Amino acid sequence: MLTAWRSSLGADQIRDTEIRTGLWTLRFLAISLAVTPARQLTGLGTLARYRRTFGLFSFFYACVHLLTWTWADTNFDLPFMWKEIVKHKYILVGMLTFLLLLPLAITSTKGSIRRLGGQRWNRLHRLVYAAAVTGTIHYLWAVKKDTFFPVVYFVVFALLLGYRVARSRGPAWSLRSRTAA
Amino acid sequence: MTIIRRPADIPSSEITAESAYIARREFIARAGLLGAAAGAGLLGIGCRAEDARAERGAGHVADSAGGTVASQDKLNSYEDITSYNNYYEFGTDKSDPKDNAQQLRTRPWTVAVDGLVKKPKSYAFDDLVKPYKLEDRVYRLRCVEAWSMVIPWQGIPLRDMIARFEPLPSAKFVAFTTLLDPQQMPGQRRRVLDWPYVEGLRMDEAMHPLAFIATGLYGKPLPNQNGAPLRLVVPWKYGFKGVKAIVKISFVAEQPRTTWNIAAPDEYGFYANVNPEVDHPRWTQSRERRIGEFRRRETLMFNGYADQVASLYRGMDLRRNF
Repeated sequence: MLTAWRSSLGADQIRDTEIRTGLWTLRFLAISLAVTPARQLTGLGTLARYRRTFGLFSFFYACVHLLTWTWADTNFDLPFMWKEIVKHKYILVGMLTFLLLLPLAITSTKGSIRRLGGQRWNRLHRLVYAAAVTGTIHYLWAVKKDTFFPVVYFVVFALLLGYRVARSRGPAWSLRSRTAA
Repeated sequence: MTIIRRPADIPSSEITAESAYIARREFIARAGLLGAAAGAGLLGIGCRAEDARAERGAGHVADSAGGTVASQDKLNSYEDITSYNNYYEFGTDKSDPKDNAQQLRTRPWTVAVDGLVKKPKSYAFDDLVKPYKLEDRVYRLRCVEAWSMVIPWQGIPLRDMIARFEPLPSAKFVAFTTLLDPQQMPGQRRRVLDWPYVEGLRMDEAMHPLAFIATGLYGKPLPNQNGAPLRLVVPWKYGFKGVKAIVKISFVAEQPRTTWNIAAPDEYGFYANVNPEVDHPRWTQSRERRIGEFRRRETLMFNGYADQVASLYRGMDLRRNF
């Protein structure tokens, strides 16, 4: 499997791994944020149970992404890594994104929901919106010139967040009330 | 402004003997695409013995090129060199050029030479290269994105070509333009860059013995994704200076406006000399990843060609003129 992964990569395997794992972090983040709208629009309540799985997939890729950078790319050279983080704002924002995702992964268990209480847990997990924004900024700033795909991700996240804002503005905005009316 | 000096030159006695070099060349040629055994090349310069002009050129450069014999520099494979390319005319992914450049027609091909020259003229590609004996050059290529390769090029020293065009004394710069043809170059259908791609050199840079027009690599005609039929190679500068698929060479009095410099003037300078001390906003330039290696290695001033080219920039602030 490792061989298949390697042969599918370009000549710079470390860089390609960084790009792919970063993209899958954002993709699973978008999928996990799409679960609730999909559930509400389709009425398929069973979808809800996959939300955590997708969120943890996103975090898993974020971990591999970070590990690729710290281990393969910079060889755990801490002074060098520190200099890179403060010098390049896209790395700084990437680190921030990881720090935003970390408490969400830690508190993803049922026990944590119980301990924190549903409301506090919900409030804490709104950090995912911040992570979506900073994660996309990280991608945008890391790109050399062709910003097409970072913009696509921005649009996707904007739609997912916009849906929630619209919905919270009142029932008049929601699909169900419109069909009811 | 002090220019970082490279370690002391290797004495000329340690430079690979010509016969051994030629034998190895033949071996490399036989090794063909694999190139795996193409170990320590004569980094910096290589010339065919039978070419009188090349010998003269080699003599001139080899004296000072001793310092670039670097046994740790292994040739990159043909596969890596031809599948990992920055060539936005064919797409912005590294793999795009190989996928999208194959349909480019490189014959017939004309190169227009204009501006401050004695005889402005358009040359058919074959007529342009016919008078010259192709030379071998093994050069390091350092991309501004902090990766690098070692590439065995074939081609013509730029200064030999320029000599034939007879530029006027008023020519201070030379500009190179890539083909503009969105039909054949799908990347040009989007304005990712200000097409056509233009790059340029100061006249003394262009006349430097290391500046090179490549028409082949690994002993084969230049693949389309590497800039066929002819491209510029300036080994002490970042890779984006190496303009590909050249259709125009213009001699001008003023510094030409170059593509990446237009796109982001604070990120890509006109000079674009490899400089480990001046960072790009996105990439730390003190280290690079040699394609095929795991650990990053230190980037050398002028990509390791300081002994040959540092004198071009004496007295210049290379932090300002990045």
